[in-house]
Amino acid sequence: MLKIADQQFSSRLFLGSGKYGSSKEMYESILASGSEMVTVALKRIDTDAPADDLLEALKKANVKLWPNTSGVRNAKEAVFAAQLAREALETNWIKLEIHPDPRYLMPDPIETLKATEELAKLGFIVLPYIHADPVLCKRLEDAGTAAVMPLGSPIGSNKGLKTEDFLEIIIEQSKVPVIVDAGIGAPSHAARAMEMGADAVLVNTAIASSNDSIQMAVAFKNAVIAGRMAYEAGLSKINSRASATSPLTSFLNG
Amino acid sequence: MNFKNIFDTYKWDEQKVSIYSKTSKDVELALSSKKRSMEDFKALISPAAVPYLEQMAKLSHELTIKRFGKTIQLYAPMYLSNECNNICTYCGFSLDNKVKRKTLTDAEILKEVEFIKAQGFNHILLVTGEANHTVHVDYFKNAIALIKSQFANISIEVQPLETDEYKTLHEAGVYSVLVYQETYHKEVYKQYHPKGKKSNFDYRLETPDRVGQSGTHKIGLGVLLGLEDWRVDSFFCALHLNYLQKTYWQTKYSISFPRMRPAEGIIEPNVIVKDKELVQLLCAYRLLNEDVELSISTRESENLRNNIIPLGVTSMSAGSKTNPGGYAVEPESLEQFEISDERSVAQISELIKQSGYEPVYKDWDNILTGC
Repeated sequence: MLKIADQQFSSRLFLGSGKYGSSKEMYESILASGSEMVTVALKRIDTDAPADDLLEALKKANVKLWPNTSGVRNAKEAVFAAQLAREALETNWIKLEIHPDPRYLMPDPIETLKATEELAKLGFIVLPYIHADPVLCKRLEDAGTAAVMPLGSPIGSNKGLKTEDFLEIIIEQSKVPVIVDAGIGAPSHAARAMEMGADAVLVNTAIASSNDSIQMAVAFKNAVIAGRMAYEAGLSKINSRASATSPLTSFLNG
Repeated sequence: MNFKNIFDTYKWDEQKVSIYSKTSKDVELALSSKKRSMEDFKALISPAAVPYLEQMAKLSHELTIKRFGKTIQLYAPMYLSNECNNICTYCGFSLDNKVKRKTLTDAEILKEVEFIKAQGFNHILLVTGEANHTVHVDYFKNAIALIKSQFANISIEVQPLETDEYKTLHEAGVYSVLVYQETYHKEVYKQYHPKGKKSNFDYRLETPDRVGQSGTHKIGLGVLLGLEDWRVDSFFCALHLNYLQKTYWQTKYSISFPRMRPAEGIIEPNVIVKDKELVQLLCAYRLLNEDVELSISTRESENLRNNIIPLGVTSMSAGSKTNPGGYAVEPESLEQFEISDERSVAQISELIKQSGYEPVYKDWDNILTGC
């Protein structure tokens, strides 16, 4: 079972809550996915409203609410947003997203490391969105991160695991769970990440922007389960051609 | 180095010829490219692209859904003042329009806010003319302080200011600044703006640079559709956008499509931009730029607004008034222009839902602005 900080998860699929055509569609997709943790942008939550539509739907889905800092541009804003989120949603879990570049939403490694250090000291369970940078992952571990969330490709691009070689290194070296975040556009991408040994994946656009988001949520649920099972079973090696004998060492058997 | 340096290397007439000589082959190339260039954009806004409108709309729809999801943000404009020292021949607030002027007091601002909040709005756009002796940075600071606790996101569309003034307002809580060049045709600009500070074309052209330098989160650009050839004007606006995006890379951008509307004492449009052309332009912007926000206001008709939602739009105003005090304080004061879509916020919200989209009232926390 996946364990992040002190919490266990039986589903290794996490979802986002943006981009849905309605709160109802989001709610039904979450249920269909079997996900137990859904991230929500603090900026979308209206804490002054008597009943925020988005929040109510998430509460009804009975998932762990996981606020994110989407929209902030530096560590200072991120720490501030995390504190607001802790107050508003009564959780010390934070999905740290610092992407000052509004075009490709590329994460800022310097500000992210800085914010992780500060937030960990403040008692937050920090899960930072980062580029697939193995060294940054180790630095974040030292700073007290609860997991690392490297990207497969740019947010919302649906391009899949363009960073595969670096994800492999990260997975190999990591002492904290590795959640592949961003770019996963098809269930096959999610399955591949799980086969590689990622601990979980986070999917939003591929489900929310699908013509049938509920069916797509089920497809991702199954892909993640299949990928994890394959990883645990141990994938067979890929051979470029059939190898019948051991030509180099067969003499030893004689 | 600012946009003026780049702008000065272009000639209006050359760009016009270039746009109008685009062929269907250019359009097809533009449609099939992965990353579109300014040349592609010219092809997409050219007359040669008209037969490809449905294809453009489909692509625009797909790209917008991918980036923004099935959501439309809603905002309300709030006019603070119609005092103005400029003569702009197309604007109801023009100095030579001898009608009584009004600038809202604190109490009036709060009364307007109460009405706007009751409609459900959480994002507000503050609008004024240009009257630097009464409606200045201190006036804006005061107005923002008055309303800040009630809105998640505050934008301004006021006279061009200096960089440090933008900084001050950003720190006070302004998330975005909208400033339209009106037209990028320098000579024609002078005819439309014969008097006042606004008659300085270059100062206006350099304004988005000053906003960018101030660290403001978002810059809104646009041209007033109706003053000059919309194709050439939009080419320059897109060029401006490209430059800004590369220079102030931490800033978000939005494009608005103000089409000239009837107003008290104004001239007739020089160019009529048809619905079909507006849609072409909107889709062309999306095909050029996947992440720019595209905004459609209540200047547009019910019919157009009913159908344009899935074509690339990301934000809309609703139930708007274009005069200071228009919502609750003094409904009869001088308005900037007549709106076209007079439906209520509730009706527009329902329209968005019917189109399969989620109306979004809140997408920011003001407490994070300028912190």
